[in-house]
Amino acid sequence: MHIILNGEQTASNSPNLHAMIVEKGFDPDTVIAEVNFQLIKKTDWEQTSLHEGDTVELLSFVGGG
Amino acid sequence: MSTRETENDTLYFGDVAFSSRLLTGTGKFASRDIIAPMLEASGSELITVALRRVDPDAKEKDILQYIPKSVRILPNTSGARTAEEAVRIARIAREAGCGNFIKIEVITDMKYLLPDNAGTLKATEILAKEGFIVLPYMMPDITVTKQLHDAGAAAIMPLGSPIGTNRGLEMKAMLKRIIEISKLPVVVDAGIGRPSQAAEAMEMGADAVLVNTAIATSHDPVMAGKAFALAVQAGRMARLAQMAEEKEYADASSPLTGFLRQ
Repeated sequence: MHIILNGEQTASNSPNLHAMIVEKGFDPDTVIAEVNFQLIKKTDWEQTSLHEGDTVELLSFVGGG
Repeated sequence: MSTRETENDTLYFGDVAFSSRLLTGTGKFASRDIIAPMLEASGSELITVALRRVDPDAKEKDILQYIPKSVRILPNTSGARTAEEAVRIARIAREAGCGNFIKIEVITDMKYLLPDNAGTLKATEILAKEGFIVLPYMMPDITVTKQLHDAGAAAIMPLGSPIGTNRGLEMKAMLKRIIEISKLPVVVDAGIGRPSQAAEAMEMGADAVLVNTAIATSHDPVMAGKAFALAVQAGRMARLAQMAEEKEYADASSPLTGFLRQ
C-alpha cells in the first residue's frame, strides 16, 4: 500500500494509523495526526485503518513567536 | 512579576486573568532548556508555539515538553496564507490539547511578514464563534480594530515593526490611535527589540507586549526576560501614574526667586 505521508509518497504495510506512526519511527506521544485532512484523536489511532492513496499529515508543536 | 502597586492590575483575555503583561514566544532559542528559566525570570504567563509537519530526522521532544504547566500556551497559525488555513491550524491545536487560545497569523507577504488584515478578520470571525479566545496579529488600522472587536476577538495584536527586526515602534503614530479607540486589550506584538521600546509601548497605553526574538536571541535570554519584565512593569506603572505632558519651555523645578539679586 502507498500513502502520502507529509507530502511524500511512501510504502506501508501497517494495519492502522498507530502502527504506521511507530513503523515510520515517529514518537506517538508527541505527534498530531490528520488523515485526509481530518484530525484523528490519539485514542482513535488504532481503529483508523489506512487505505491506498490516503494522505497522512503528522504534525507537532515547535518553537514559534 | 508584580509589585505592590500593580498587584490588582489584572489583564483579561476573554475570561482568563493574567497578572503579567509580558507575553513571550518559543522561537529561535539556541537551547530549549532555557525556556523554563526564562519564563521563571520574566514571569510571563502566556507563551506562543507553532505547529509544523514532523521532521522524522529530528528526534527532539516537542516544544510543549519544555514549557512549565503553569504557563498557558498560545498556539499561533504561522504558515497560514489564508483564513481557511489559519482556521484549520487553530482547530488542530485545540484538538491536540493546547486549550482555547489562538494567535491568528495570516501572512502572504514573505519579505516583511506583514499580516493580511482581511484574512485575519475572516479567521477571527470563524474561530470566535467556535469558542476560541482569539488574539489576532494585525496591521495597525483603526477600522480593522473595530471590526475585530465586532468579530469577537479577545484582544488585538498590532505590530510595532516587522517580525524579528528589533526595530521597535515604527508604527508608533498608528499604535497611539488604536490604543485610544480600542475597546479590546492592545498587545503590541512583533519588532520590539529592547526593553526601552517595551516600556515606551506600555507608557503609551498598550495593555501588554509580546516579545520573542529579542529575548530568545540575546546572549542571556534569562536576564533579557527579566529586563523586559521590569520594563513592562515600569511602563505600566508610568501609564497608571498618568505622567505629565511635554512642555516647550523650561519650567523650573527649584525656586528661582531668591537672595542673590535683590
